[in-house]
Amino acid sequence: MSETPQVTSALASSLDTTTVGGGADAVSPPAAVAGRPPRARASRRERLEITLLSGPAIVVFVAFVILPVIAAFYYGFYRWKGYGPPSDFIGLHNYRVILTDPEFHRAVLHNVEIAGLSLLIQGPLAILLALLLNREMRGRSIIRVLVFVPWVVSEVIAGTGLSLMLPVNGAINALLTNLHVFGHVEVQWLGPHLGLWTLMAILTWKYLGFAVILLMAGLQNIPEELYEAASIDGASYWQMQRNITLPLLGPTIRIWAFLSIIGALQLFDLPWIVWGEFNLDRDGVSTMATYMAHYGPRTGLYGYGNAVAVVLFVISLIVALLYQRFVLRRDISGSVTDGGRR
Amino acid sequence: MTTSTLDAAPGPSRSRRASGRPQRRKLPWGSPAVYFIALVVIGLTLAPVAYIVLGGFRDNSQLTVDPAGLPSPWRFANYSNVLSSSTFWREFANSVIVGGVTTLLVVAMGVSASFVIARYRFRGRGLMFGLFAAGLMFPITVAITPLFIILDKLNLTDSLLGVILPQVAFGLPTTIIILVPFLQAIPDEIEEAAAVDGCSRLGFFFRMVLPLSLPGVLTTGILTFVASWNSYLLPLFVLSKTSSFTLPLGIQQFHSQYASDTAAVLAFTSLSMIPALVFFTAFERRIVGGLQGAVKG
Repeated sequence: MSETPQVTSALASSLDTTTVGGGADAVSPPAAVAGRPPRARASRRERLEITLLSGPAIVVFVAFVILPVIAAFYYGFYRWKGYGPPSDFIGLHNYRVILTDPEFHRAVLHNVEIAGLSLLIQGPLAILLALLLNREMRGRSIIRVLVFVPWVVSEVIAGTGLSLMLPVNGAINALLTNLHVFGHVEVQWLGPHLGLWTLMAILTWKYLGFAVILLMAGLQNIPEELYEAASIDGASYWQMQRNITLPLLGPTIRIWAFLSIIGALQLFDLPWIVWGEFNLDRDGVSTMATYMAHYGPRTGLYGYGNAVAVVLFVISLIVALLYQRFVLRRDISGSVTDGGRR
Repeated sequence: MTTSTLDAAPGPSRSRRASGRPQRRKLPWGSPAVYFIALVVIGLTLAPVAYIVLGGFRDNSQLTVDPAGLPSPWRFANYSNVLSSSTFWREFANSVIVGGVTTLLVVAMGVSASFVIARYRFRGRGLMFGLFAAGLMFPITVAITPLFIILDKLNLTDSLLGVILPQVAFGLPTTIIILVPFLQAIPDEIEEAAAVDGCSRLGFFFRMVLPLSLPGVLTTGILTFVASWNSYLLPLFVLSKTSSFTLPLGIQQFHSQYASDTAAVLAFTSLSMIPALVFFTAFERRIVGGLQGAVKG
C-alpha cells in the first residue's frame, strides 16, 4: 500500500534532476510536496536543527571517547610516568616490548580462547534456552526474569560473591563434599589448571541471559505463518526449528556472536576481581585489558599502559572489521549506505 | 491507512498482535521436561545470588564450618549494621545520582542525535553514524589513562561529574544504534501528514517521534541505568576520595577493609544489588520489546 507513492515520488524527483538538471538548484516542487528534501542538500534551517540536535552528543562523544583514544596513541610513544607532559619520546620501543613479552602473549591467547569458547559454549546453550522459553507455558515470564538475573547483577557483586565461594575451603567444594559422591573435595577452582575453565563457567553464567534476551527478541520477528504452513505440510518440531527458526535467526545470532567476540577481547572486570590484580597470570587468567591496567595506571608506567591499550584497540578493530566484512555483510548492507530509509 | 501505519511501528503492538492469536501450534514435547530443564537452569543461575543473600544472614563461624549450608540460626545483625551505616547510604546516594543523571543525559542526547541520523539527509550523515558505531569498539579500558588526564585538567577527578560525562559518552553508541532503527521505522507518511498539517521537523520530533519511539527510549534508558549502577572500571580510576565512592567501589573497599568478616561483606554486597534487580524486573518486558526494534531479521 505504501509502495506506490514512494515509487512515484522517487521517479518524479529523479526525472526532475535529470531533465531540469544544473539549472535551478532550488528545492524541486514535486519533492517538496512529497515532504522529502532532496539528497545532500540541507537548507540553513535544517543545518541549524542538525547542529542543535546532534551537537551535544557529538561534543561529549568526541571529548570523552575520541580524544582519549587518540591521546592513547600519542602517549604510547613515550616513556612516561604520568607526571607533567610526556617528554621522553622512545618511538616504537613500548610496542617492541609488548610484542615480545611472553606474559602478553599468554594474555592474548587467553582472550582468543575465551572468545572461541564463549561462542561454542554460550551459543548453543542460548539458542536452546531461547527456543525453550519462547514456548507458551505457565510461569514463562517468571522463568524469563530469573534467567536474566546474573546479567543484571554487577561484575563486582558477582566477582566478590564468587571469589568467596570458589576458594579451596569455600562453598562450592563444601557442597560437592556434602554430596558424598566424590569424597572430600578440595579442587583449586582458581588455580592455574582450572583458571580458564572456571572463568568460562563464570562468563557463561553471567552473560547467557543477555544472549537469550537477544535471541528471543529475534524469535519474535519470525512470522507465525511460516510455522503454520510447515505444520500443515507435516513438518516435525525439530524440522521446523532447523529449517525455519535457525536460518531466520541467523542475523541475530551473527550480531550476538559479534558482541560476544568483542566483549571477550576487552574482558576486564571479572578476571580482575575474581583473581585479584596481582595473582592474575600466576593463578588465573590474565587478559589484554587486565595486563594493560596492571602495567599501566597501577604500576605507574603510563606510556607503556597506553601502548598496550593501543594494541588492544587495534586488535579489536581488525577483528571487528574482518567480521563485518565477511560475516555481517549481508545483515548490515544497506543499513548505512543507502540511507536506511526504505 | 492508519491501521497499516500503526502496525508498521515497532514495539509492543506487534508482539501483542502475535501472542493474541487464538490458534497456537501444539507443543510436541511434554511440559514436565521443559519445566525440569528450566528449573535446573534457574537453580544454577540463582545459586551464587542465593549464596550472597543467605550468607548475609549467617555469622562467620557458620561460614567456616559449613560454607554451603543454610543459616542456622538466622542472624539479622549484618543487614541491620549495613542499613544503619552512613557509608552505605552515602554510596547509595552517589550511585543514584550518577545513574540518574547519566541516564537522563544519554537518553536526551541519544534520541536527538538518532533523530538526525535517521531522518535528515545531509552530507556526513553516514560518517556520523559510523563514528558512533565505531564507538562500540572503543572499550573504556583503552581510553582510561588519557581520560583520567583530561578529567584531571578539567578538575573533575573525584567529582561525580567526572564519572557521569565519560559514562554518557561511552553510553551514546549503544543508545544510538538501538534507537536509529526505531526512528527509521516511523513511516514517512506520518511525517508527511504532520508536514501537511503545518508541523515543522522539530514539532514532528517532539509530538510524534518521542511518543512513537518510547519503547526504544525506555529500553536504552534502562540499559544505561543498569550499566551505570554496575560500572566499576571508570569510578575505580576516577574516584579516589571515599566520600565520592559509588556502590561497586564501596563493595570493594568494604571487602578489603573487613576481609575477615565475610558475612558482613555478603550483606553489604546483597543490599547493593537490589536496586538494579528491582529496576530490571519491573521493566524486563520493555527490554525484550525494545530490542525487537533493534534486531530486525
